[in-house]
Amino acid sequence: MSRVEIRVTISSDQDIVLARQKGRSLALELGFSSGDATLIATAISELARNIVSYAGNGQILLRDIQNSTRVGISVTASDDGPGIPNISQALRDGFSTSGSLGLGLPGVRRLMDEFEINSKPGQGTKVGVKKWRP
Amino acid sequence: MEVPILKQGQVLIATFQAALSDADLNQLRSALVQQVVRFRSRAVIVDVTAMDVMDSFASRTLREIAHMIRLRGAETVIVGIQPEVAFAMVQLGLTLEGVATALDLEEGLAYLNQKFKIMK
Amino acid sequence: MVKRDESSELLRELVAHLRQNRTQLREEWVGRISETRLLTAMTKEEIFAEATSVYDSYVEALETETFEALQAYARNLSERIIPRGVETHEVVGIVLLLRDVLARSLFAKYQTDFKKLNGILDAYEPAANRIANTVAVGFVQERERVIRQQQEAIRELSTPVLQVRERLLILPIIGVIDPQRARQLTEQLLRGIRTNRAKVVVIDITGVAAMDVTVANHLVQTVEASRLLGATVIVTGLSPEIAQTLVTIGVDLGKMNTVGDLQGGIEQAERLLGYKVMALAETS
Repeated sequence: MSRVEIRVTISSDQDIVLARQKGRSLALELGFSSGDATLIATAISELARNIVSYAGNGQILLRDIQNSTRVGISVTASDDGPGIPNISQALRDGFSTSGSLGLGLPGVRRLMDEFEINSKPGQGTKVGVKKWRP
Repeated sequence: MEVPILKQGQVLIATFQAALSDADLNQLRSALVQQVVRFRSRAVIVDVTAMDVMDSFASRTLREIAHMIRLRGAETVIVGIQPEVAFAMVQLGLTLEGVATALDLEEGLAYLNQKFKIMK
Repeated sequence: MVKRDESSELLRELVAHLRQNRTQLREEWVGRISETRLLTAMTKEEIFAEATSVYDSYVEALETETFEALQAYARNLSERIIPRGVETHEVVGIVLLLRDVLARSLFAKYQTDFKKLNGILDAYEPAANRIANTVAVGFVQERERVIRQQQEAIRELSTPVLQVRERLLILPIIGVIDPQRARQLTEQLLRGIRTNRAKVVVIDITGVAAMDVTVANHLVQTVEASRLLGATVIVTGLSPEIAQTLVTIGVDLGKMNTVGDLQGGIEQAERLLGYKVMALAETS
């Protein structure tokens, strides 16, 4: 059960900054080190940027999570954009569909502990990531 | 939010505030290139001490700045990347390859001074 | 099967018996503990004091059928005796001894009334087993916590960032590197670069036996992150095997500053820093 749920609507580059600031403060509130909070904020920045670049608008949902032994943070980025036709390709390092900037998804995966993606062409994209407090 | 650009001799110094948007970064890029031309500066120092997140866009913008300024015959040094930010950057694969870096403003200036001395 | 209220009636009788014979049973138990050479790290007085507390908590747990108080006591006891070197088998051993001492006294008391003895044991055994289990689990959990803490401390100690000269840091890495340690190492180094204003870092990996792809990636990332802070990294002590791993995962060794041994690494670092090293005789 989550106690905190923060929703940030993403439609412009200003919202990217807002989403990562909220993510950082939630991470610190949950007891993450400032190093981990930086990793989490960076991942949020990348996910929010993908929404702006590829879908135009969408949202970022930040929540606290816990299992029997640990607490953590969950970040879900969702949009109704064009979707990703080839997910496994998008998860390979160095892949990009628009210009020199890739989706950054392999990087986001490295920043976080768990990574999940759902996307179909024409039906939007949903990326969920989690990080657990050591 | 506009990034202030300081002129100190032949060097331009741009100091990033936290929470820069993409638009701010783009604005900074053009302003820096224009001023390098206008003042015939030999070097640019970009101080990112206040940046708590350096994502792919910010990192790419810094590389572009360095590249465009090199085409004008000047040098760019990025200073003040925080340890935690550096750690996150390399996880993302953002290494600012080919761009000079220094610990802080003081080190950046020392680096440029030495370089100019050798060039003379 | 004994009915519920009948069973709690028996349990009450059992508890009364254990309270009445407290002094004698406790002494018998302590005697058995020293006979079986358990808790040798503790003095007789200490054993007696702990035995009294355990005995009372034990009877209380039987009476109330709640185990929280006992659990808390077990954890507290473990915290005190683990640093003294008391082992898991000893703790489990003494609780099982108490269970047996008490069971024997029940036999002695009810041996003439077989039906009642059966009923009493039906009430006693499950509770006694649960108590033994609670104490053992409490001890093991506490032990694991202590071990984790020690591992953490050892990790901190095993990655010293040494300043050998102004602006020059040395990071000798010894032993096995797992991803967790690799990350800690990187963070420590980056902080060290900042606080010491280091310009050159020598990472010596002579003491690293093996390096898998994940750890090799970490090494590369450490080098890159250090450069972002304006420091140059020199890697020394690269064995042919590790060099092979790095090449296999696509690391361009040409981009990485490598020197054969630590001595050579420090010499190159000094050159980078602008020091001139010469023999004393030449200076005169």
